[in-house]
Amino acid sequence: MSTAYAPAGTPTAGRPTARRRPSATRAWLQWLLRRLGLAVLTLLAVSLLVFLATSALGDPVRAILGRDYAVSPERVEQLRQTLHLDQHPVQRYLTWLVDLLTGHLGVSAVNGLPVAELIGGPVLNSAFLVLIVAVLMIPLALGLALIQARTRGSWLDNTISGINLALAGVPEFVTGILLVALFSTSVFRLLPAVTVIPPGQMAWNRPSSMILPVATLVLAIVPYLARILRANLGEAMDSDYAELARLKGIPENRVVLRHVLPNTLVPTIQVTALQLAWLLGGVVLVEYLFNYPGIGALLVDSVRNSDFPVVQALTMLIAAAYVVVNLIADALSILFTPRARTGMVA
Amino acid sequence: MSTVDAAAAAADEAAVAQTVGLRVELTRSGIDVVDDLNLDLYPGHILGLVGESGSGKTTAGTALLGYARTGATIAGGRITVAGHDIRSLSPARVRSIRGVTIGYVPQDPNSALNPAIRIGDQLRELLDQHRIGTPAERTARIAEIMPAVGLPGDPAFLRRYPHQLSGGQVQRVALAMVFLPRPQVLVLDEPTTGLDVTTQAMVLSSLKELCADFSVAALYVTHDLAVVATIADRVAVMYAGRLVEMGPTQELFRAPAHPYTRALLQSIPHLHRPYRLTGIPGRTPSPGNRPSGCRFNDRCELAEDACRAEEPQPVAVKTDHWSRCRRTDALGPWDPDSRAGQDTDPDRERSVVLTVTDLNIFHGRNQVVHDVSFDLAAPEVVALVGESGSGKTTISRAVAGLHTQRTGSLHLQTDPTGEPAELARSARNRTAAQRQAVQYIFQNPYQSLNPRRTVEQILVRPLEIFGIASGRAARERAAELLDSVQLGEGLLRLRTNRLSGGERQRVAIARALACRPRVLVCDEVTSALDVSIQGSITELLTRIKNKHGIGMLFVTHDLALVRTIADRVLVLNRGRVVESGLVAQVLDHPRDPYTQSLIAHTPTLTGAFDASGSA
Amino acid sequence: MRTLARDPKIVIGGILTLLIVLLAVLGPLFAPHGEYEVVGRPFTGEGSFLGTDYLGQDVWSRVLYGGQSVLITAVLATALGVVIGGLLGVTAAYAGGWLEEILMRTNDVFLALPQILVTLLVLSAVHEPAAWIIVLLVGLTHVPRVARVARGVALPYVTQDFVLSAEALGESRARIVIAELGPNLVVPMLAETGLRLTYSIGMVAAIGFLGFSSDVGAADWGQMTNENRLALLVQPWAVLAPVLIIALFTIGTNLIADGLGSRAAKGAE
Repeated sequence: MSTAYAPAGTPTAGRPTARRRPSATRAWLQWLLRRLGLAVLTLLAVSLLVFLATSALGDPVRAILGRDYAVSPERVEQLRQTLHLDQHPVQRYLTWLVDLLTGHLGVSAVNGLPVAELIGGPVLNSAFLVLIVAVLMIPLALGLALIQARTRGSWLDNTISGINLALAGVPEFVTGILLVALFSTSVFRLLPAVTVIPPGQMAWNRPSSMILPVATLVLAIVPYLARILRANLGEAMDSDYAELARLKGIPENRVVLRHVLPNTLVPTIQVTALQLAWLLGGVVLVEYLFNYPGIGALLVDSVRNSDFPVVQALTMLIAAAYVVVNLIADALSILFTPRARTGMVA
Repeated sequence: MSTVDAAAAAADEAAVAQTVGLRVELTRSGIDVVDDLNLDLYPGHILGLVGESGSGKTTAGTALLGYARTGATIAGGRITVAGHDIRSLSPARVRSIRGVTIGYVPQDPNSALNPAIRIGDQLRELLDQHRIGTPAERTARIAEIMPAVGLPGDPAFLRRYPHQLSGGQVQRVALAMVFLPRPQVLVLDEPTTGLDVTTQAMVLSSLKELCADFSVAALYVTHDLAVVATIADRVAVMYAGRLVEMGPTQELFRAPAHPYTRALLQSIPHLHRPYRLTGIPGRTPSPGNRPSGCRFNDRCELAEDACRAEEPQPVAVKTDHWSRCRRTDALGPWDPDSRAGQDTDPDRERSVVLTVTDLNIFHGRNQVVHDVSFDLAAPEVVALVGESGSGKTTISRAVAGLHTQRTGSLHLQTDPTGEPAELARSARNRTAAQRQAVQYIFQNPYQSLNPRRTVEQILVRPLEIFGIASGRAARERAAELLDSVQLGEGLLRLRTNRLSGGERQRVAIARALACRPRVLVCDEVTSALDVSIQGSITELLTRIKNKHGIGMLFVTHDLALVRTIADRVLVLNRGRVVESGLVAQVLDHPRDPYTQSLIAHTPTLTGAFDASGSA
Repeated sequence: MRTLARDPKIVIGGILTLLIVLLAVLGPLFAPHGEYEVVGRPFTGEGSFLGTDYLGQDVWSRVLYGGQSVLITAVLATALGVVIGGLLGVTAAYAGGWLEEILMRTNDVFLALPQILVTLLVLSAVHEPAAWIIVLLVGLTHVPRVARVARGVALPYVTQDFVLSAEALGESRARIVIAELGPNLVVPMLAETGLRLTYSIGMVAAIGFLGFSSDVGAADWGQMTNENRLALLVQPWAVLAPVLIIALFTIGTNLIADGLGSRAAKGAE
């Protein structure tokens, strides 16, 4: 039959590229606006939650002053003023929210210092810690998963799987203590057990004191991440398209790198984002354990002292970081999924 | 070139690909999946390899490329492709032959093309990897092959991703990919599964042309006898891991010589005449459960003790036509017309149970069905026929109250003496009597039965809901129902995930019968099943219709099946009825161009008897 | 269920878990000293074989006493989280439409806060929390995560024709969720329960480790690590004993969860 014709594909697909550009940009903008709107809504809901948890569950002044509450009425009055406790709760929430949005984080209820000043250094230190762990965890997990995928069913694959499985469930502070016992105290005495950073210096000035916190977090995350990547890779290697590639005579290494990996990219991004989000919480315990001068240690102290302004600021910061990480991951996912990418325009 | 000439020419040329005594085993157990397989492929000719699921046909196909899936191993025999002894070569050498000398077209190109790579790059990769030609020549070759498979070859098209193509286009890309390096041998694994008949016909004709033009020897693996009749020069029939019969297409369909081949032919419907279909009892044995001696002996009417004891050897029926059956001589002559049935009498009386008026159905904001009206009598079968996207399933779901976004009216007479009453949109809002009167049988019996419940629980539940029976009486009734769909009582205690597809569909039918329906809606009920099961389910449904006086709404894409089972037919195209009437009238004298095109593109067994070029 | 006993992951995990549960439950009966009994100087080898802690109490005895609170809190919190989260998730999957949208959007809000953070947030207002508050905190923070998993597990079944078929027969929605969907979700939800138990143990121990126990001074594996961690150099066993037990416990429950998980994956095929 010589008159064979091609049935029309999706209507947008045939359009010349030149005409597609502006609409693609617009589609992205629309998506971004919608997602930003959702992000703002999420953070608003989080703020409400944070406000309720910190000021509705009990009398904050009593919590802050503890035994002093009964003995010094003038301090009670002073605190009430600082925390706007004379206002109606709704008004108080709105005041707090407006302050938050305009960058006024308030002053510490414990020592009267501005919150912004208090959390500045720790935020940088924590960000640095998270950054290092993030940079290490992706290649490590992907490397392990690739080794396993290429040696499927072998003793190496099984051993790595077993170790990963055992480590995946152990709480991070437990891993941390075991590492300290191993490397700083009982067995070897190589590394500092706690981070000691003189005032005025930042964490990166003392690289040796960062090794154990980083190692602990990496050990808490990589096994979980590697297990999921390994499962994704295995599934993609059994896929029809991988089989067809083999039947086209393509060498296995190329099958894995060119055909399998691109298709596991999106799940990798998603699960990495999930782990990064976990990391934002995970630092709390690890920083406390190693006395690392970041937001985690500060948060635990502030919680203990009921320093609400600091707790509120830090919580909102972490939630915002989570929302941003998620947004980026979703954008990358769309970018790396041809179907979703071209679907944006359609 | 006629088929007879082709076969004669084939005998003169040497086979370009061959398997001798090929055996593929499960690696762990050593149980054979495929055994003693001898195939010869000649340049420019297509060998059809026919088998039902579990026959080992796909395994046989990929084995020709020296490839076995994870868990299986090629354990014995010889594979020769263009002079290479595949089994003695190093993996690297085998890879250099794959894709270049011998190509493979996968079953489901939608999952076999890489979703993350542009089609142009996927086409080019093969040439790059095997270092065929200079980069400029590669580009030229790709531009050249695309029109040959009926696709545009411009750069914009090549920059598309697989998901941006239609099903037919994806299949054509797969064809282009495999023809690109000018292979000598081709293995095609059910390459038209899931395509509409029109697209299928076009893909098949392109394929046939390409094979002739490039002198390619092809192995076409499929379960569809009609497709094989249309495209193949020779046919090999496979059952339970072994070839049972092989011969030139025309010869094999004119005088099938193996009981299994005959049983298969008796279970498929014909477009131009109604036939009574019969199925094959039992199920295809899986590897490890195959009987000794002749592997078909437990399902064969002619089996005798010797068939169970001895392995049968191929018996020559004619030159180039053999059958692996000890009793080849005992088979009578083959007369397909002995099972011919009658078309529906146009003057019969009808008592209408269901009236559908001005049905318009929506999916969200899209209207998918436009102004459909028809009625259904009892007993009677009305077929809704159309390609995918025609709205046929949507209509059937609206009738059953499973799709609620609709306008128009449905009137149902729940008992023979009563008045017809309007049906609510949702099944939930209908009266119990109405829900009971309309029963729905789904396409996929692997999804329509809860895998965690036993057959008994499934059958007893509707009896309880509608107050037909309860307790012991209900359990006894369940056993009777099973019997009425030709299943044994022993199944009652089993969970449905232990049953085969055919058994599941029978249980689904029994569940519908439990309600004593007036209207049975059957949505592509045989399309997920093997050919031989399709035959017996069709037979069962016809019997049920007559015995219980049920009106049946039969949704299908298969016009031949309509001829066998239905009294009247509605042909749907994009949500509109383009033609309707008595089956014989519509199929023999179609008036609408769409119906005419559908009928023209439906592959038929008689294709084997026509000139081989027409598809 | 018999085939479960053949999975080495489930066997090993089961044995580990069982041993530690027995230790926690029966431990107090075998403790050589009392929970608060001072048996010697702090951080020395006095007392029974694991030495003494920061107050001179016997470490081994406190290890035997210290499991019950962790075990009970973790189990109750897990049950709470899995039941509420499971119901929400399956309902969302089955109901679809606006109900699913609302449930899942609300979920997104809670997911934006790491579990430990929510816990700390509440603890900043409630000092020396009652035991039930910790159960509630850990349990409720599981809810959005379990709901997400339960919805994912239920979704492929919800769209299957057997659910439609039950609807066509006029089955009630509640019966469809319980009798039709329910049995298909048992194994995957058990796997999720195992995972949640693992995390609950970690969370409960972490709360103790951060020094927010409901019963300050009582023997509790998490709290013990906090009390004695400064003496890791001089008396490592005071810290290592509870830490190793927590590690083994979580490894055990995680192995079971993983075994059930691969089993659920097989069942879904």
